[in-house]
Amino acid sequence: MRHTLSVLLQNKPGVLSRVTGLFSGRGFNIESLSVAPTIEKEVSCLTLVTVGDEAIVEQITKQLHKLIDVIKVTDMSEHEYVERDMALIRVKAESSTRAEVLRTIDIFRGKVVDVCPKSYVIEVTGSASKVQAIIDILRPIGIQEIVRTGMVAMTRGQK
Amino acid sequence: MKITGAEAMMRCLKEQNVNCIFGFPGGAVIDIYDELLRHEDITHVLVRHEQAAVHAADAYARVNGDVGVALVTSGPGATNTVTGIASAYLDSIPLVVFTGQVPTGLIGNDAFQEVDIVGITRPCTKHNYLVKDVKDLVPTIREAFHIARTGRPGPVLIDLPKDVVSSKVKFPEMKPVKMRTYRPTYEPHPGQIEKACKAISKAKRPVLYVGGGVIASKSNVELTDLAHKLNIPVTMTLMGLGGFPGTDPLSMGMLGMHGTYFANMAVAECDMLIAVGSRFDDRVTGKLSDFAPRAKIIHIDIDPSSISKNVKVDIPIVADCKHALTAMNNWLENSGLDLAAQVAAHEPWINKIKEWKAKHPLGYVEETGIIKPQFVVQKLHELTHGDAIISTEVGQNQMWAAQFYHFNKPNNFLTSGGLGVMGYGLPAAIGAQMAAPDRTVIDVAGDGSIQMNIQELATAQQYHCPVKVAILNNNYLGMVRQWQELFYKRKYSATVLDVEPDFVKLAEAYGAVGLRATKPSEVEPVIKEALATDNTVIMDFVVNREEGVYPMVPAGKATTEMLLV
Repeated sequence: MRHTLSVLLQNKPGVLSRVTGLFSGRGFNIESLSVAPTIEKEVSCLTLVTVGDEAIVEQITKQLHKLIDVIKVTDMSEHEYVERDMALIRVKAESSTRAEVLRTIDIFRGKVVDVCPKSYVIEVTGSASKVQAIIDILRPIGIQEIVRTGMVAMTRGQK
Repeated sequence: MKITGAEAMMRCLKEQNVNCIFGFPGGAVIDIYDELLRHEDITHVLVRHEQAAVHAADAYARVNGDVGVALVTSGPGATNTVTGIASAYLDSIPLVVFTGQVPTGLIGNDAFQEVDIVGITRPCTKHNYLVKDVKDLVPTIREAFHIARTGRPGPVLIDLPKDVVSSKVKFPEMKPVKMRTYRPTYEPHPGQIEKACKAISKAKRPVLYVGGGVIASKSNVELTDLAHKLNIPVTMTLMGLGGFPGTDPLSMGMLGMHGTYFANMAVAECDMLIAVGSRFDDRVTGKLSDFAPRAKIIHIDIDPSSISKNVKVDIPIVADCKHALTAMNNWLENSGLDLAAQVAAHEPWINKIKEWKAKHPLGYVEETGIIKPQFVVQKLHELTHGDAIISTEVGQNQMWAAQFYHFNKPNNFLTSGGLGVMGYGLPAAIGAQMAAPDRTVIDVAGDGSIQMNIQELATAQQYHCPVKVAILNNNYLGMVRQWQELFYKRKYSATVLDVEPDFVKLAEAYGAVGLRATKPSEVEPVIKEALATDNTVIMDFVVNREEGVYPMVPAGKATTEMLLV
C-alpha cells in the first residue's frame, strides 16, 4: 500500500543523506521525496511517498525515529490530509494542436507558463492521480519533457 | 582565557571520566597528540593498526561499563576504523571515535589523506559529526558521549579538521545535555508490565530468551531474580552469555545455530517466550516461521525498531531492561500471586527440559592422543575457575568458547557477535586488560583469525598486558571448512592454511612467550604455565583438524532440525 510520510528534520548538513541512506541500506522504496524549510528556521519538512505493507511501513517509521536528527514522523495515511504534486510539462503545440492543448489545460485548471512557436510549458497542480491524468491525455499530442516536485502533504485542520 | 581545541578536547574527555584511549597518530591529529603529552592522567595505548584501536576501545567499554574512546588520523586512519565501528554498532557498544580530518578549507578537494568518513560511517554509527567550528567542539563531544552511553548504546564518530583543533576557544561551562530529538524511553508502560506479568503467570511452559541488552543495562541481578521467582528456564544469545549464570540449574546455555539441543527444543515447545534485550537475529531464529511457533511473545527492548522487526510480538515493552525487569518483579511480589504455586506449576516443564538435556547434552567425542578443541576450552574454564575474561576471534573458536566456558557474570565474554569480525579477540583482550589489570584475560583464537590482528602482540608487550592467547590450531579456516564439509561435498575451497607461521617463534619474536601442546596430556601443563607467566603468552594447541561445532542448525532450517554430535 502507498503511504505518505511527513518527516520533520533538524535543518543540518547531511540529514537528507541519513534519510535516503536508511531507505537504500534497508531496501525500502522511495516513490517520491521533497524537502523544504518550514516556518521554523532550524526545521525542515520532508514528504516521502513509499510503498509497503503495514509491517514494513511500521519499520520505516521506527527506523526514521531512530535517526538522531529526526524530530517527528507522521504517517499521513492515519489522518485526514491533503496532498499536492506539481508538474511542469513541455508539450508540443503547433498550429493544429494549440487549441486542443489549451482546452485540456483549462479542464485541469492548469496554466501556460511559457509559450514558444512550437511548444508550451504548462503548470499543473493536484493529487498524484490528477497530474497523472493530464499527462496521459497530453501524451498523444506529444510531451517533450516532464518535471515533477513530488508529493507534499498536510493534515486537515480540526473541524 | 582561550585554549586550543586540542586542549579543550582533553579537558572535555576528563570531564567525561575518560582515562584511557586507544589510537594511532598521523598528520591530521598531530596537534591532539602534542597536547596529549601534557595530560598524564589520560593513558594513550598506541596500537599497531587502527582497527585494533576500535576493538580495544570496544572491549574496554564492556569491561569498564562506560564509553570507550579511540583516536585516529584522517584518510586511511579513519577508514581502518570502519570494521571496528560497524562491529560496535551491531553489538550496541558505547564508543566515541575521534578521526582527524584535513583542514576545513581543503575539505572536498581530494586533499592528501582526505576521506568523507562521516559519509562512510553514516550507516554504521549511532550518530556522527563533522566539527567545522571550534566553538562547536566541546558541545559536540558532550552530546556524542551522551548519545553513545544512553538508550541503546552505540558508537558515535567525531571528525575533527586539523585547523579546528589548533584554533583557540573559550572552554564552555558544563551543562546537562538536552536534545530536542533524542529522548530514549527508560520507564516501561505500567499497563504493559501488568499485561505481561498476567500472561506469564498463566503460562505452563515459559522460556526467558536473553540478549546483550541485559548486559548493557546491567540488569543480570533483576533477571536472575525473575527467573528464580517463577522457576523459568533461561537461554541466552551469544551476546547475552553471562547475563544469567551459566552454571545455574535454570540455564539452558546458548540457543540458535550452535545452541544446545535442549535450549532449541524448549524454545520450539514453549507457550510463552519472554525476550529480554534480544533482537531475534537470524542466527537465533533459524527459519522464522518455525521459531517458537506455539508461544505468546513478550519483548522488552529499549529500541522500538527491534520490536516486531523479525517476529510479530504479542506484548511489546519499550524500556530499559533493568527498569522493566524491576517493575515486573515488583508487580509479581505485590499482586498476591501465589509464587510457590507458580514454581511448582513449572516443574513438569523443567523436567521435560532435563529429559532433553539427558538425551543430548552438550558434548564431543573424545579420541585418544588427539587434542579436542572443546577439551581445551573446558580446561581453561577449570583452571581459571570460570573467572577469566574470555575474548574470542570469530568462527569455530568463538562457538566452542561460547558453548564450553560457562560464564557466570556479565562482561566476562567479549566477542564480535553481530558483525563477526575475525581479528577482534587479541585487541579486545588488550582493551580488557587495560580496564582490568588484575584479571586473567584469555583470547580464544583460531589459527586463521589470530593472524588478522597478530601485530597487536607488540601493543600487548609495550603496555605490559599479560594477555594469554589460546590458539585452537587446526590449519584450517575451520568454520567455513565445516560448512564445506557438510553442504559443499567436502570441497575445501580456500580454507586450507598451507602456510602458517610457527606461533611459538612468532611470540618469541615479539618478546612474548610461546608454548605448544600436541597431546591431550600437555594441555593442562601448558595452560598452567601460561597462567603463571607474567607476560603475554601464545598457547598453540594443535587440535583435531576436522572437528566440527555441534549442535548445528543448517542456515535457513528450523532450529529443531539440528545436526548433533
